[in-house]
Amino acid sequence: MSDPPPVIRFADVAQTFGLGERSVVALEDVTFDVTRNEFLAVVGPSGCGKSTLLRLIAGLIRPTRGRVEIYGLPVTEPRDEIGIVFQRPTLLAWFDVLGNVTFPMRHKYGRVTAEERRRAHELLALVGLADFATKRIDELSGGMQQRVAIARALLLDPDILLMDEPFSALDALTRDEMSFELLRIWGRKPKTVLFITHSIPEALLLADRIIVMTARPGRVREMIEVPLPRPRSLATLSDPAFHAIANHIRGQLFALPAA
Amino acid sequence: MRLLLAAWGDRFAPPLTFVALIAVWEAACRLFAIPSFLLPTPSAIVAAGLDIPPAVWLGHIGATLRVALMGYAAAIVVSIPLAVALVSSRFLSRTLYPILVVVQSTPIVAVAPIIVVTLGAADLPRVVITFLITFFPIVVSTVTGLQATPEELIELSRSLRAGRLREMLHIRLPFAVPYIFSALKISTTLAVIGAVVAEFVAAERGLGFFIAFSTSFFKIPQAFAGLVVLVALSLILFRLCAIVQRRFVPWSLPKSET
Repeated sequence: MSDPPPVIRFADVAQTFGLGERSVVALEDVTFDVTRNEFLAVVGPSGCGKSTLLRLIAGLIRPTRGRVEIYGLPVTEPRDEIGIVFQRPTLLAWFDVLGNVTFPMRHKYGRVTAEERRRAHELLALVGLADFATKRIDELSGGMQQRVAIARALLLDPDILLMDEPFSALDALTRDEMSFELLRIWGRKPKTVLFITHSIPEALLLADRIIVMTARPGRVREMIEVPLPRPRSLATLSDPAFHAIANHIRGQLFALPAA
Repeated sequence: MRLLLAAWGDRFAPPLTFVALIAVWEAACRLFAIPSFLLPTPSAIVAAGLDIPPAVWLGHIGATLRVALMGYAAAIVVSIPLAVALVSSRFLSRTLYPILVVVQSTPIVAVAPIIVVTLGAADLPRVVITFLITFFPIVVSTVTGLQATPEELIELSRSLRAGRLREMLHIRLPFAVPYIFSALKISTTLAVIGAVVAEFVAAERGLGFFIAFSTSFFKIPQAFAGLVVLVALSLILFRLCAIVQRRFVPWSLPKSET
């Protein structure tokens, strides 16, 4: 076996918050690998520890038990090869759109070079906001703000993109549009993506594989390969296989916990 | 037509209401023959105000303004770094915050005479009194703003390993700016109150002194004139603060106000 280590590896990870009787087990026995440039979606009910997974990979918290590894090395602190997109855009009102995209550079190194500014313009073009560089944040719609947040996450050219229910605050139409946008962006800039969502269609449309999780404590209930061909489009949504898998996942999520 | 009327009403209703109120006041005083030492008519107040030479007015206004602004400036310079320290250190927050609450709970009006005795009769005690009245709301608002920073932004900062100092300068402090400015606006009024309270206790100039002096000679219309000038002073300082905010940090205003 001389395979390179997986980009992300969870090995028997458990996460407990709090102490003693009031402690909450967020994750238990979580084991999975993510390979290079794979799009992995995590689906589960509220409180299944989906966001905890993401924060473990980001190095924002340490696992109570088990190992979280990136490229075979345990995650002990936040690393440069990770970009994060949160549920809310959380943009900074005191910068314009371009200033928000270059913010990671300013924040990390204290200055933004002309080169980064050029890169930020490219990224804005990539997310379809080429003409919005000098706009105020509150002049943008929710969908546009989330596009800016995606561009911001891509600025330092991370290998891994972590997305925590990034489209859940958007209306249904914008949400579908953003899913296709993300596929297009991912096609142009392949990354290893971990995408957390509670929308089954969204996960199916986007992902190569889907982790279905159970709630309290969060466990991996099933790992599903998505056989739908790429590139995916509106036609994918009417593929019989799409509905078959969606129904299967729904069944898994609503089933009583396995005895 | 209806729209036009609504727009007209929106524009002119506030000043008209004000003028109407003054008119009712004037009419009531005359109709019920209220003696001027109880409630002078607006016209008497204006007349009393015009009787005082402008140079005298400017002297009083200047004295009050100087004390108010010095106390206000001192409050800003102390409060914001103090708030940063309170948010940054659990130890400081646990040790200093109770002391601040005690200071705030002390009626400054009651402490003012003591401060004057301790610090003498110059500007210093008046500035200190103004400072004591002004600084607490700024501390509390700044702390609230610094702590209201969304968790995601802090996580973004930590994921970039940017350090606590940059987290404070690039994220928390800018995020607190709207909170800081709402406190700064309230504090303009408090600064004027502080200066006046200090002048009531010990002063030979200033609007507070002018009002106290006028009432002691039963020149009630003249005291009211001093009050009107004080209100105008407070309003101007408040407006100035709002203008500074709009000019330098327009993003901190709700979209409807820009």
